[in-house]
Amino acid sequence: MRVDAEHISKRFNRRAVFKDISFSIETGEVFGITGRNGSGKSTLLRIVGGLLTPSGGGIRYTLDGSMIAPERLHQHIGYVAPYLTLYEEFSAEENIALYARIRGLAFHRRDAQDLLARVGLPLDRKDPIRAFSSGMKQRMRVVFAVLHRPPLLLLDEPISNLDAEGMRTVYDLVAEFRARGTVIIATNDNEDIAQCDRTISVEAACCPWRPHDVRGGRMMSVEAA
Amino acid sequence: MIRQAIAVVRKDLASELRTRYAINALLMFVVVTLAVIMFALAGETLTPAALTGMLWVVMFFAAMSGLARSFVAEEERGTTMTLQLLASPMAVYLGKLIFNLVLVLALNLFIVALFLLAMDQFVVRQYDLFWVVMLLGSLGIASATTIIAAIIARANTKGTLFPVLSFPVLLPLLMAGIHATKIAVEDARWDAVWPDLQLLGSYIVVITTVSFLLFDFVWKD
Repeated sequence: MRVDAEHISKRFNRRAVFKDISFSIETGEVFGITGRNGSGKSTLLRIVGGLLTPSGGGIRYTLDGSMIAPERLHQHIGYVAPYLTLYEEFSAEENIALYARIRGLAFHRRDAQDLLARVGLPLDRKDPIRAFSSGMKQRMRVVFAVLHRPPLLLLDEPISNLDAEGMRTVYDLVAEFRARGTVIIATNDNEDIAQCDRTISVEAACCPWRPHDVRGGRMMSVEAA
Repeated sequence: MIRQAIAVVRKDLASELRTRYAINALLMFVVVTLAVIMFALAGETLTPAALTGMLWVVMFFAAMSGLARSFVAEEERGTTMTLQLLASPMAVYLGKLIFNLVLVLALNLFIVALFLLAMDQFVVRQYDLFWVVMLLGSLGIASATTIIAAIIARANTKGTLFPVLSFPVLLPLLMAGIHATKIAVEDARWDAVWPDLQLLGSYIVVITTVSFLLFDFVWKD
């Protein structure tokens, strides 16, 4: 999926988070969004995911030469973030069945078990996922994001709470998605940044007067990782 | 969209049956309210019209205490974003509307059954008419409270805002519903109740249409 963001700005009441950010991401790219805490990385990712409306500018999504309508965007997006809460009163398998039903996919128990095994979650846990550790919940978020095989994967601090094996799983998925879709990672972690083909610094792109790291630079700059 | 909406209803029903958050609170509310009414009116003789008014008061406040849960629960658990990523706004609204309708129909059925059992003076002359009014009343309550619940879900004072916003919106429905129920209880004439049924039907169509148009703006941001 190709993503073209033009002159995106976001304000919460009077507070401007960022303004005039533009970038284009081609299919097959892994694109990084970096920036200090509070710089607006997650806000920008939510805007790309259609979860927040920008105060200015707009984003076009193109899949196989056709534009995607905003009301259908959720069908084409997978989203992983530590602040994403799943239905904790249900077990892992019940959650997968629930996502599949709402997305209109056929639910097969064997597929669900394969997916759980893929992210390293135990197959025999029948208890609600509220009993899971924070790392296991993060692995469930990965399942939530990839179940419908979306062409655009949005990852916000994807390795938070994960152990080395969990990190490897996420990076394997990123490599797999690169082959058939687009990945955007909002992060400050060097290992995450190393997975990216290009990165953009939110501070450097929107507000050059603010202090930012040396990876940024000029207004709307996008650089090779 | 219909299949997605049904899946949202199934999710909400499964969640409700597992947590029993709204069901227990609603049942307790109805039983306690009826008990208070019975103690307060012990030995008193009330007209069917007065009892009809009380029936609608119980139905209104029971709806106020439980129907906001459909959206407030998503907000409190932090699953609003999950649902936004799973389903289209229209499917979410339709699913929540159907869930609230099931809840309010079951609730009103329970209230009416308790009223008929506990209040000897409450006698319905024509049940056909009575159930049509109850059905339309339940549809209207579910439709109006679903969009109001979506609006107030992110507010800090949602518990106060819900009845305060709902009352003026539900007022036309309450007036037509109470009048039509009185006729079903006293006169039992279809021609006398026809204007109220027309008003209830129009109310449902208008509120549901406006809700479908507004929901996209309420659901995002």
